[in-house]
Amino acid sequence: MTRVRELLVRATNPTATVFVLLVLVFAGVFAMNPGFFEGPSLMAFLKQAAPLVILAAGQYFVIVSGNFDLSVGALVGAQVVIAARLIDGEESRTVPVLIVMALFGIAVGLVNGLITTALKVQSFITTLGMLLVLYGAIRLWTGGAPTGSLSEAFRTPGRLGIENVPVLGQIPWALLIMIAVGAGSVLLMRTRFGRILMAAGDNERAAALSGARVGTARTIAFILSGLSATVAGVLIGGFAGVSAQVGDGLEFTVITAVVLGGVVLGGGRGSVLAAMAGALVIEALFTLFNQMALPSTLRPAVQGAIIIAAVAYAARRRTRPVPTTATATPTPS
Amino acid sequence: MRTTRIAAAAAAALGILLATACTTDAPTDEAEDATTEESGDEWFVQADYEEQLAQRDVEPEGDPATPWLQAIEPEWIDTAEFAQEGGDHTVCFSNASISNPWRVTGWITMQQQVAVLQESGQIGEFRHSDAGDDDDQQISDIQAFIDSGDCDAIIISPSTTATLTPAVEAACESGVPVIVFDRGVNTDCAVTFIHPIGGYAFGADAAEFLVDNLEPGSKVLALRILPGVDVLEHRWAAAQEIFADSELEILGDEFTGGDAAEIKNIVTQYLQRGDVDGIWMDAGDGAVAAIEAFEDAGKPYPVMTGEDELSFMRKWKDTGMTALAPVYSNFQWRTPVIAATMILAGEQVPAEWVLPQEPITEAELDQYLEVNADMPSLHYAKFGGEDLPGFPDAWQDR
Amino acid sequence: MTRRPGADRLGTTALIYLALAGVLAAGAVATAIDGGNLFATANLVDMLTRTSLTGFLAIGMTLVILCRSLDLSVGYTAALSSLVAATTMDGQVANIPLAVAAVLLVSGLVGAFNGAVTAYLGVNPFITTLGTGLIIKGYLDTQYKGPAGDVPALFQQFGYTRIGPVPVSALVMLALAAAAVWFLRSTRTGHHMYAVGGDVEVARMSGIRTGRTLMWAHVLCGMTAGVAGLLLAARFGTGSAEAYTNLYELDAIAAVVLGGTLLLGGKGGVAGTVAGVAILAVLDTVFNVMQIDPFAKDVLRGVVIITAVAIYARRQLDRTARRPRFAEGRAS
Repeated sequence: MTRVRELLVRATNPTATVFVLLVLVFAGVFAMNPGFFEGPSLMAFLKQAAPLVILAAGQYFVIVSGNFDLSVGALVGAQVVIAARLIDGEESRTVPVLIVMALFGIAVGLVNGLITTALKVQSFITTLGMLLVLYGAIRLWTGGAPTGSLSEAFRTPGRLGIENVPVLGQIPWALLIMIAVGAGSVLLMRTRFGRILMAAGDNERAAALSGARVGTARTIAFILSGLSATVAGVLIGGFAGVSAQVGDGLEFTVITAVVLGGVVLGGGRGSVLAAMAGALVIEALFTLFNQMALPSTLRPAVQGAIIIAAVAYAARRRTRPVPTTATATPTPS
Repeated sequence: MRTTRIAAAAAAALGILLATACTTDAPTDEAEDATTEESGDEWFVQADYEEQLAQRDVEPEGDPATPWLQAIEPEWIDTAEFAQEGGDHTVCFSNASISNPWRVTGWITMQQQVAVLQESGQIGEFRHSDAGDDDDQQISDIQAFIDSGDCDAIIISPSTTATLTPAVEAACESGVPVIVFDRGVNTDCAVTFIHPIGGYAFGADAAEFLVDNLEPGSKVLALRILPGVDVLEHRWAAAQEIFADSELEILGDEFTGGDAAEIKNIVTQYLQRGDVDGIWMDAGDGAVAAIEAFEDAGKPYPVMTGEDELSFMRKWKDTGMTALAPVYSNFQWRTPVIAATMILAGEQVPAEWVLPQEPITEAELDQYLEVNADMPSLHYAKFGGEDLPGFPDAWQDR
Repeated sequence: MTRRPGADRLGTTALIYLALAGVLAAGAVATAIDGGNLFATANLVDMLTRTSLTGFLAIGMTLVILCRSLDLSVGYTAALSSLVAATTMDGQVANIPLAVAAVLLVSGLVGAFNGAVTAYLGVNPFITTLGTGLIIKGYLDTQYKGPAGDVPALFQQFGYTRIGPVPVSALVMLALAAAAVWFLRSTRTGHHMYAVGGDVEVARMSGIRTGRTLMWAHVLCGMTAGVAGLLLAARFGTGSAEAYTNLYELDAIAAVVLGGTLLLGGKGGVAGTVAGVAILAVLDTVFNVMQIDPFAKDVLRGVVIITAVAIYARRQLDRTARRPRFAEGRAS
């Protein structure tokens, strides 16, 4: 009996809303097309969802520490274009270019972080500016449209997987990378760094007074976001190749995903797993729309209504029953 | 209490939707566009559709070696009133944007053509402004050209048909010759309107190819970029017209934003639910991703129509699939600047300069791939700049 | 707690107008080196025209940002409004008053929805207004497959007429800005907006009905977006759903922040915003006159925005250090 009650309390926790939502959306997909839950199609779904889930993890670090990163969509696009131009079809260049991309991702995150923490520019503005700079610079560099092409090796993580697995068919590399990123993020949030990050978003002054280096933690969060955009770029580029529009609008999708996961904009609350689940919800929602053959012009409207409703529902849970939130608020150590 | 608030919010949402519906569902049929009163589809104009389909079979006037100077059924008009002495004319160009590879390619071609005309002394200064797809910005851009008083001719590639009409009219009223190309406007005040045959022909070429190459009862998926852009909507409207008279089953039409990842995702989902025998696209962006979705799902290649974009054509060659590359003639970007010099010299130009627009078939595939062998992917095969001095570096290194 | 808005802010506003003067001077020099004249009538007209649209959006945006809120749906509201205006007018001069009223009603309702969901359902405004934008986008894409409606020539004057080099639309924008300045300085609701943005808990405890204040800000923001939609309709001669693709909301937010209003709320004002709008317009005109590559424009814009805000932030650093600005209140 107490166990049931405990479960009930958990289910009404804002973080849990996203898992309830995930079940609901999957139930809808199942009702439309039971075949979706056969191994291969489920694997295909996860392969395609992996980049957004990984981006959500990166965005989570930034949001939980009290900031935004609006530059991730442009960064994903930039990374794919950089890869295509530098690799230019040469297999041997794959690894060096991957290193260049990682450095570039770190550099963008570092610049975002330093401008936000050292120069005290609001992250919304910092990353909006970075979005413009990346968007323009990458097109300046390639003359307006991507050039070059990706190598087979580069495309492997996003496109291929472990073949001939019983039942599942193919286990995509993207799925394994996503799980690794998820596990790494959960572990990271349990370290002292994770606690400082959470505290920085929850109460900056208190965190700073307790001796935590808030600015450093926040900058690292931006770097993690830049890295996650790099990984997502590798996966998206691998999945579908180069196109001029790659990455467009991802920043708003991913922030929505994180918020759907119960993470509070402004920082201090929410779990990284729930944020990643939020990304899965968004992807599942798109799948559901597709399965329902909902007219494509109407989809944004339904998506918008669901997002508002879900976040309102979670907010209601958060503001009323006080006891549950107390546990969610960490104390800076 | 909580539920009432949510209910109130829902009611408010509904109220807004209703309120907007009430005010906007008022009679909207524009009296001036009498031709658009066809069935329910505001994009389908039967007369234009039939004209474009017929134009595909008309032999254009002019040398086939320079298709950008050819014209279909031209009605030549006199431009003596615009003739100016001497050369070194200032030509101003208001561009909608270079936000996609097709426009990027065309813009390079135009600049190369301008360089030639500057070399020969026909054009002096060439000014341009880029509106970044923002109609309001483009109105300002055109206004700035008019106000500057320096332009001897104004070339406009409108961002949206209806919304740019007042600005184009204002440009005409300023007295300088106005040349409109690519997308049109709802006024014929421009000296010449340059465009390939059009969206209906593009969509029909593609749809007819699918009808001819697929068994009756085959399933076709339509991939589209965006709603609401006329040149794209015409393509789909024509395709719908042709599919309606065929035995093909249309599985759906999806908006992809031209994003490869989105395209691959959507096609993959359709393949999970059943076979897809044909793909119709309203533009070639991301076509390769659609083909890869079939490869990754282990399904046979579809019969497919893309565009004369090179990555698609190369993939077509590699896979040996049954495909067609409909063309929205990119070489049209050369014509406006040439037209400007013709008008300023008082030479006759067609009032509506309809350029040829022929799809690339399998028979011509090798030829076009060979000519463009050194060009980057996302380049357009019928860009028509092979004889310009900047070839091939300008397009290669863009 | 109701801070006197004018008192300690004069310095900041002056700084922003100084920045505007600086940008103008730098732009004039750059264009002069390039062989042009930034102050030629054509360029002045261009600059002033560019201020109108962003100006309307940014005035409303200032109000919501002062309340520590945000509105990402204004671009969509403006597109919707342009269609409501054009279809209601339907080419008839007699319908103009009705159309204007319909636009203000619809855009006000959108704002009311944003405000209600944000204030009473506790949804972060980022999500509320992003969601509202998506809802409007879905409605527009489904309902309108392109431009619709017909704006009579008389109303198009709003978009095209000018007195000397000054477009009527810019005059209307300035008048609206003046009204907003007066509203923020002299009305109770205006003062409350600063209080709500400064610290919502303190504001509530001092008896301000914070929800209602936020509602007002959003309704007014929606209505200024409606006016922007009217301007679009006047300029286009028709209504256009596609207008939402231009990310006007980000322009407006950038202008507000360039104008010295803090995204965290509670500090700033419309006078600064007008300067912020002007700075962006000057930049655009300079880029245009100098024929800067459109992609380089994006880079330069990004750099200018970050740099400007970094400079303001430096000035504010010592001030914020003196008193703790935000205690427990958090936008959520």
